Formats: sequence, structure tokens, C-alpha cells
Amino acid sequence: MSPLILGIETSCDETAAAVIQDGCRILSNVVASQADLHARYGGVYPELASREHMLKIIPVIDTALRDAQVSWRDLSALAVTHGPGLAGSLLVGVNAAKGIALGQNLPLLGMNHLEGHIYANWLDAGLPYVAQTEDVFPLVALIASGGHSSLVLMRGHGEYTELGHTIDDAAGEAFDKIARLLGLGYPGGPAIQRAAEAGDAAAFKLPRAQTQRPYDFSFSGLKTAVLNLTKKLDARALLVNDIAASAQAAIVDMLVEKTQRAAETCAARMVLLAGGVAANQRLRERMRARVACPVLYPPPKLCVDNAAMIASAATWHYRARAHSGWDLDVIPNLKLTLAVMSG
Amino acid sequence: MSSHPDAVAAKRRLEILSANVEMTRALGEQLGARLERGDVIALQGDLGAGKTNFTQGLAQGLAIVEDVNSPTFILANEYFSGRLPLYHIDAYRVADAAEADAFGLDDYLNSDGVTVVEWAERVRAALPSDVLWLTLDYRGENERRLEFSAYGEQSAARLDELKHAIGS
Repeated sequence: MSPLILGIETSCDETAAAVIQDGCRILSNVVASQADLHARYGGVYPELASREHMLKIIPVIDTALRDAQVSWRDLSALAVTHGPGLAGSLLVGVNAAKGIALGQNLPLLGMNHLEGHIYANWLDAGLPYVAQTEDVFPLVALIASGGHSSLVLMRGHGEYTELGHTIDDAAGEAFDKIARLLGLGYPGGPAIQRAAEAGDAAAFKLPRAQTQRPYDFSFSGLKTAVLNLTKKLDARALLVNDIAASAQAAIVDMLVEKTQRAAETCAARMVLLAGGVAANQRLRERMRARVACPVLYPPPKLCVDNAAMIASAATWHYRARAHSGWDLDVIPNLKLTLAVMSG
Repeated sequence: MSSHPDAVAAKRRLEILSANVEMTRALGEQLGARLERGDVIALQGDLGAGKTNFTQGLAQGLAIVEDVNSPTFILANEYFSGRLPLYHIDAYRVADAAEADAFGLDDYLNSDGVTVVEWAERVRAALPSDVLWLTLDYRGENERRLEFSAYGEQSAARLDELKHAIGS
């Protein structure tokens, strides 16, 4: 029987629930975004976020079941993100999941948010769930979002080796901070991409940081270089667009260079992009142009936080019977290597 | 200008013009090497002023081996590989002192380690009175002005040691 899993995701500012069949078929995917609320404040405010999660979690889960036209009895298991993320936000999802799993007598699967991002590539038109394991592994995944930037080598389902990570800001955070410096608003990624369309990416020569370890990232020097530009130049719209385009090009170059190097060294059969930054058009184009093996990325709505990706990743844990206990706790700085399955 | 309400009431002050990122980091390292259990360092300064750079140096001074990266996303990073635990807090997304309480800032401040709070001015009321306050200002492409103010016995002692170490 093909597993039917309800996923719950509340690690940051999206309250999300989804029902996934067989790890790849989306029966429902509900996301209640707080983006509008947080945009007013220029970012995610943790306490505001947990209050919103509390209000939305039950209606969102109800809607996910209704959209999927399934009842509790049809489900095989319940999966929930327990890290990394904001402690208060994670807690809302984990507590709801525990209560439901206990009440409905369903296995509980505590999931790593980063693993979810990778598995967004298995959904729908992405990688087929059925077999083909030998065809895609080893693969290199670039996870780049507002809170994370890392390169991960996958030798099989659930087998993760972190090759490198950011030593200062996450890529999405770099977009956010540079957008703030340029007065482009929040979230920074889409704002910079929009401004960059009207700008010249070669207008300013911005630094591409080298790091001591080959697969690490560093974006703090770029942020300072943009700061210096804004101090030197007056803020005419034309220049803002040129700076945005040049900064976007620098971030993308750094991400592409490290990923390409990792894919080559690890003899990767495939490169997967994951996380909110994977929605960036320039990143997608440059990566495909530079990397020799196939490059896959989810559609934009599956790049950002959602619960479908959590349920997809959970399918493998469910098959391996890697259930969580009732003592499942939130781990705000959960690392991907801890997510290796026992089965 | 320090925006600490009792700026004039500081027990000790120290003003340094840092020539570049390396120097800001080195100052952090010098301070980190002298920190003791329960010390609280408050950092104030705009984007790109060098708060995280200073903290990275400070972590090195505590002999922490992990990378110290931005805590913006999860609010607090914890490091246990050094001489003392380091709690690195980013209050940019914390609205006020009441919210700081809600996420457990107090637990860090009263812990067995060293606490560094970036964007400290947002949660000033939640910080202890004996705090070492560092304001970083943009002065030029590379230059930053660092102003330390110590507001109690413990922080004054630490600032004295730092002054002594750098021969200031």
C-alpha cells in the first residue's frame, strides 16, 4: 500500500499542512503565509509568528485534509518539522502533531526542515519516487534560504554529508540585508531580482569571497561592499537597479562556483537546488549553464517553506520505520547529519 | 554617541578607531580571551558596522572552534567548544524587552557562559545593569569607531583588562 502522509511545517513564518501520497503525489498543499504581516515590520518577528501559528494551525490542517479528500483513518503517519527554525514557531507544530498523532493513533515522524527542502525536488513533476535510486545518486544539493546555506552530498535516501556551509550570513539573508541597504523592502530576494531586471549586472565590480574550506560560503564582505557603494553614491533609482543586479550576480556566482566544484569532485549525477533562493531566476540559469550534470529545482511555490516537502521526505523515514517517540522535542539548530535514517 | 540611557554614568569608557575588519576582529579576540562566566556584551551598530566580525573575534578569544555565523534566523546560537559557553543573540527581530523575556533571553543572561547581544538597544530594558556596551560606527570604507562603556564592577574590570592588553 502506498503511504499517505500528513505533513506539518511551522519552522518560521508559514503555517503549512499537506497530504502526500507515495512521497511524490500532492493531494493537498496548504500554506498560510504571514509574509504580508511581517513585510510591514521588515522581517519575521518570532513572537508575532508563534501567535499567528497558533491561530492558523488547526484550520490549515483541516483544510489540507478536506482538499485531499481524506480522513484521519486513511493516513499512514503524521510528519512534523522539529528543527531547525524558531523555537516558539516549531513548538506550535510539534505540539499539534503530537496531540493529533496520539489521539488518532498514528505514527509520529519528526522531520528536519532542510531535508524537506531537498525532497521538494521529488514532488510532482520532479524526481520520480519509484526506484531510480541508482540513477540520481550520488547527488549534490544546494540548500539556500533566509536561514541556511549549505552544500550537501547525498549518496542515497537519508544519507547526508555536509560538504560546506556559510561562515557568516545565509544567502537569503544576504539578499535581505542588501535589499535593506538599498531600500528595496522585504523579502529581499524577490525585491532584488525585480530591481536587477532593470539594472546592469556588470555595472559594479563586487567581491566574490574566497573561503578557507572549498565548499563554504561567505556573504558578509559583499554586504559591506554594497554598504560602501551606498555611502558613496546618491540613491538614484538607476544606480539602485545596477547595484541590485551586480549584487545578485555576485551572490549567484559564489553559489554556482562552489556547487559546480562539489558536483565535479563528487562525480554527482545530479544537482538539486533547494530553499527559497532556488526560486531565483539567475541562479537557475547560471547553474544549468555551468554544471555538466542535470540540474533540478522545484517550482517556486515548493522552493519556499511548505509542508508537502516535509511529508515527501517523511515517506522515506516511514518506510524505514524511523518513527519518533512522544518525547520529540524542537531543536532550533538541528543539523542535517542528525537526520540519517536508521533503517 | 552611545544611546545607552546612562552613557554619562559609565564607570569606564574606551574609544578606539579600528582601521579595518581584521583590527575589529583582533579587538574582539583580545576581549574574548579575558571574559569570565556571566559577562554580558551588548553590541549596537548599523548593518555592516562589524558586530558579527567583532563577535567572531571574541569567539576566537574564547577558543571556540566552530564557525560563528549570523544568529538572525533562529535568534540565538550556542557554542560549547571553547573555554566558556558562548551565547550569541540577535535581537534585530525582537520587538522589545517583553518579547526578549518570552524567548528566554534571561536564561542566557543568567547562565554559566558569556552572552553577546547584537542590536542590544532593542532589548535594553531586559539586559542586566552591569553590561559592557560596545557601539560601532561607520567611519569610512574600512574604518569603524568602537566605543566601549562599562556600567558595573564586572564590566569595568573587563574593560580595564582590555585596555591593559592593548596598551591603551
